[in-house]
Amino acid sequence: MARDLMDIRAETDELTTDKMWVIMGPQHPFSHGLWTLKVELDGELVTDAEPIVGYLHRGWEKECENRSYAKIVPMADRLCYAASMTYSHLYCMTVEKALGLEVPEKAQYIRVVADEICRISSHLMWLAAVGTDLGNLTVFLWCMREREYWMDLFVRLCGARMTTNYPRIGGVRNDITELFDRDVDRCVQHFEKALWDIIALIDDSSIFLSRMKGTGILTREQCVNLGITGPAMRGNGVDFDIRRDDPYEVYDKIDFEVPVLNDGDSYSRYMVRVEELFQSCKIITRAMQKIRAIGKNAPYRYKAPTNVPAGTAMCRLEDPRGESLMYLVADGSGKPYRLKVRSPIFTNVSASKPLVVGSRIADVPVIMAMIDMCLGETDR
Amino acid sequence: MDTNAVYQKPTDEEIKTLLNEKFEGKVNVTKIETRRVYATVPRELIHQVCEYIHDNLTFEHISTVIGVDMIDNLRVVYHIDNYFNGCVIELTVDIPNDDPHVASISDIWVGGNWHERETYELFGIIFDGHPHLARLLTPDTYEFYPFRKSYKLRGQE
Repeated sequence: MARDLMDIRAETDELTTDKMWVIMGPQHPFSHGLWTLKVELDGELVTDAEPIVGYLHRGWEKECENRSYAKIVPMADRLCYAASMTYSHLYCMTVEKALGLEVPEKAQYIRVVADEICRISSHLMWLAAVGTDLGNLTVFLWCMREREYWMDLFVRLCGARMTTNYPRIGGVRNDITELFDRDVDRCVQHFEKALWDIIALIDDSSIFLSRMKGTGILTREQCVNLGITGPAMRGNGVDFDIRRDDPYEVYDKIDFEVPVLNDGDSYSRYMVRVEELFQSCKIITRAMQKIRAIGKNAPYRYKAPTNVPAGTAMCRLEDPRGESLMYLVADGSGKPYRLKVRSPIFTNVSASKPLVVGSRIADVPVIMAMIDMCLGETDR
Repeated sequence: MDTNAVYQKPTDEEIKTLLNEKFEGKVNVTKIETRRVYATVPRELIHQVCEYIHDNLTFEHISTVIGVDMIDNLRVVYHIDNYFNGCVIELTVDIPNDDPHVASISDIWVGGNWHERETYELFGIIFDGHPHLARLLTPDTYEFYPFRKSYKLRGQE
């Protein structure tokens, strides 16, 4: 019979262990990027933790002050390779707000479709990473295989797989292509079936369930106060999604549900993300119907001036990982005076101490996998 | 309006009235848009204002703490959210160059901790009362603040 370490200690007071700091990272299989998690261990229990970031800091915001507005769109892609579309979209939205520029309705729908494809491919990347973290390579392979279909859709839409450089200030670069129009519904139909196979792999596996259920628990108040956003927050019972509660573009004209679970453990964060995959498929189908109804000859891009009038603008959107926000200070010239990015992971990773303290060292990779690390946007 | 009551879903106009009444006009609400309130706050009042909007107006979540170098002065911008009605309040605080101190709000929202550390290391703005104001993204050996306008990039000189 397996005996718990704490039980053994309760029986024999003589058995004591020294506390020990273990440094996980920056090169570590669990870290998915360059960052370090220092954990203090008492036997197997984590008693303290300290995240260290900054290995990838490249002064992104300062670099932007030296470039014209149009040149920052491809740079925004590079903030996060898995969520490139949402970042360039967010940047264009912020500049459009500073300009007071309306975007054609068709471009707004295309941006919504592109964002949701980006969300699906990002969530699949995350699910693949969870699979390897828990030692199940089949989950990894199947997720990456399904992700390729969505990557192919991006190729049909704009010619690139990852750093897409697709949104433009005032609209999108090009209209949807015939091949994209043909393949998008097939892709959604195929994926809604294929996702059930992946879910079956995880939900029937006792390894996954015992690692995810009951680990990394936070209360709702803790979660909100720590600044955790996105699916990790909705797994803690916070019923808030920027797409629904503070709508941008045309999300208020599209019907979808926001999955919320109240358990606050790793399993509920996993379930929220999986449910979001299904909801994203619905949004894509409904938005594509609207795009077809608008017709082929409708405008998809308005011309934007190169200089932005002096003032400030703030925009935020629901990134696959949480709340992204950009704040622009313009001075009337062709270059931004200051551009600030709020990355969801930057704040989520600052909450790693309350997330992991009290759990076992073997649960740490799964708990941290549930916030979907991406260091490009954390360090900027 | 009752400035001591707790409002879960204050409207934009209510927020403006409440801030004006509670702080006797010292908090200047400059602009109101749908679900957005913009205000400028004197440096001495920022902690009180944050406590008030957290406790009484249910602004539970802090999005960012942003530093801006306006050359004549430094500026700190806070974006704070209400999760019940999707409202964001933007608080702007101007700080003189020769005395870059402002009260830390990370005791109200723990999520503000790293944003304040980042603003400190990049702009040299000191947040009084912060639990651990150390460099986060840049090396500890840096003795300059790289995001200030006085720090030039190549091609900017």
